[in-house]
Amino acid sequence: MTGVGIYDGDLLIVDRSLEPKTGHIVIMSVDGELTCKKLGTIGNRPYLIASNPEFRPIPLEGKECQVWGVVTHNIHSLAPGFSI
Amino acid sequence: MIALVDCNNFYVSCERVFNPKLEGKPVGVMSNNDGCVVARSAEIKQLGVAMGMPAHQIDPHVRRQCILLSSNYALYGDMSRRVTDVLSQHTPHVDVYSIDESFLSFEGFDPETLTERCQTMRHQVRRDTGIPVSVGLSTSKTLAKIANHRAKKESHFNGVAIMEPDSDDTRAFLEQLPVTEIWGVAGRSAVRLQTLGIETAWQLRIAAPKHLRKHFSVVMERIVYELRGQNCISLDDMTQPKKQIMVSRSFGRLTNNKADLHEAISVHTSRAGEKLRKQQGLAQAIMVFVRTNRFRQDLPSYSKSLVIPLSHPTDDSRELIRTAMAGLESIFKPGIMYQKCGVMLMDLCDNGNEQLGLLAEPVSDEKRERNEKLMATLDKLNREHGKNTVRLGIPRKANAWELRCEHRTPRYTTKWEELAVVKT
Repeated sequence: MTGVGIYDGDLLIVDRSLEPKTGHIVIMSVDGELTCKKLGTIGNRPYLIASNPEFRPIPLEGKECQVWGVVTHNIHSLAPGFSI
Repeated sequence: MIALVDCNNFYVSCERVFNPKLEGKPVGVMSNNDGCVVARSAEIKQLGVAMGMPAHQIDPHVRRQCILLSSNYALYGDMSRRVTDVLSQHTPHVDVYSIDESFLSFEGFDPETLTERCQTMRHQVRRDTGIPVSVGLSTSKTLAKIANHRAKKESHFNGVAIMEPDSDDTRAFLEQLPVTEIWGVAGRSAVRLQTLGIETAWQLRIAAPKHLRKHFSVVMERIVYELRGQNCISLDDMTQPKKQIMVSRSFGRLTNNKADLHEAISVHTSRAGEKLRKQQGLAQAIMVFVRTNRFRQDLPSYSKSLVIPLSHPTDDSRELIRTAMAGLESIFKPGIMYQKCGVMLMDLCDNGNEQLGLLAEPVSDEKRERNEKLMATLDKLNREHGKNTVRLGIPRKANAWELRCEHRTPRYTTKWEELAVVKT
C-alpha cells in the first residue's frame, strides 16, 4: 500500500466504530484473512483496490468478507530497524 | 426493566475477532491448567464436545476436526472491559456479573423503547468490539436470564428477547421450562422440588413462597417472587455458575488516593478468597480493574483491567492479594478520580489437590510463618539463581506448563509486540 503511504512494518490505527465509505482505507476480512485495502467502486459495484496497480481490484460481490475497521492513521518508523 | 447482556461463546468470539479463519469452525478454548474444554463454539458443541471435557478424552476422530486453543486471559479480560464500556454508554447502571455477563438496569427509561434501544446497543457492541451478544429483558433478574436464553435459542428474537412477566407467552414458556433451567436452582434443589410436586418454572412461580422458604432457603423464596416479575435478588445472593467470582464496589466518593485503592482491592480480594474457599474452588487467574465515573465528563476518564494468570491454582488469600496488588500497581494511574474497582477470580477448578488443600486450611501461626519463610527462600533462590531453579511440587510430565500455553493466541489488545498483523 505504498501508494497511500503505508509501508511494511507500519503501525495502523484502526477505528471499528466508523461507517466504511468509498475511498476509506479499511481492514477487511476476506476469506478468513485480515487484509488492508482501499474501498472503491467500479461502476456501481464495490471493489477492494490495492494501491499497487499491478494487483487487480478484488470484487466484493459474492465474497465472504466483512469490513473489520477503518484505518484512520498510520505510524511509520523513520529510523530503520526500530519498531514500536 | 432489567436486561441481562450475555456474550455469545465469549472466549471463542474473542479469538474470532482477530482470527476470522476460526469463523464457522469447531473451536474450543481449554482451561489453562488441566486441559479441559472451557469454552465452545456452536460447531464444536454440535460435534458432541461437552463443557469441561478433558481434551484428551475427546474422540481422536472428532479432535482432528477441532481447533483447540489455550486460554488467552489477557485478551478475554480486555475484551470484556471493552464490551462493558460500550454497555455503559447506554445506561448508567451496569453490574458486571461475570467476564461475559452484565445486568443492566433501565429504570426510568420508557419500556416501549427498550427492545429497540437494546438492538442498537447490541449492534454497537458488535461493531465496536466484534463480540456478538444476546440481550434478555424483563422486570426481574431471573426472568431476564430466562429471556436471554430465549434470545440465544429462538432466532426470531434477533438477539433481543423481552418477557413481560404476566403475558400468556411467558406463562406458556414457563409451563414447559424445567426448574433446573432456572438461575440459582441447582440439581439437588431440583430433586427436592420434585418431591413437592414442582417440576416446571410455572409451578414454582405459583408455589407458596413462605412454604418454600421453610423447605429451602430465603433465596428460593426470592426466586419465586422473581419468577413473578419482582426484582428482589441481589447479585451477592446468587452463587455463580462457579466459573468466576467477582467482587467490586463503587467508592462512596471519587478518590485519587492510591491507599484507598490498595485497601479496596485487598478487601475485595479477601472477600473473593472467602467465597472461593466456601465453594472449595481454586482460582487459576485473577483480574483487577479500576475505572472512573464515565458520566463525569468534566473529569479525565480512565478504565483499565488486567488479567494475571496464577502460577498454580490457589485459594490462598495471601497469594491472591499479592497478585492483585501487583496488578493494581501496573494499572494505577495517578491523578485520576476513581469511582470503582474490583477483582474477579477466574477459571475456577475444584480443590481436588490435597497438597494445596492443606495450605488452605486455617493453619497455625507457626505453620503459616514457616510457609511464608519457605516462599521467601524460594523467591530468593529463583531471583539469584535464575527462574525456576526451585519449584513448588513436582513438575508435571512433559513439562506441562510450557505445553499448556502452546496454543495461546497473541495478546492482540494489550501487548505492542503482539498486535494483529494484516496483509496488504
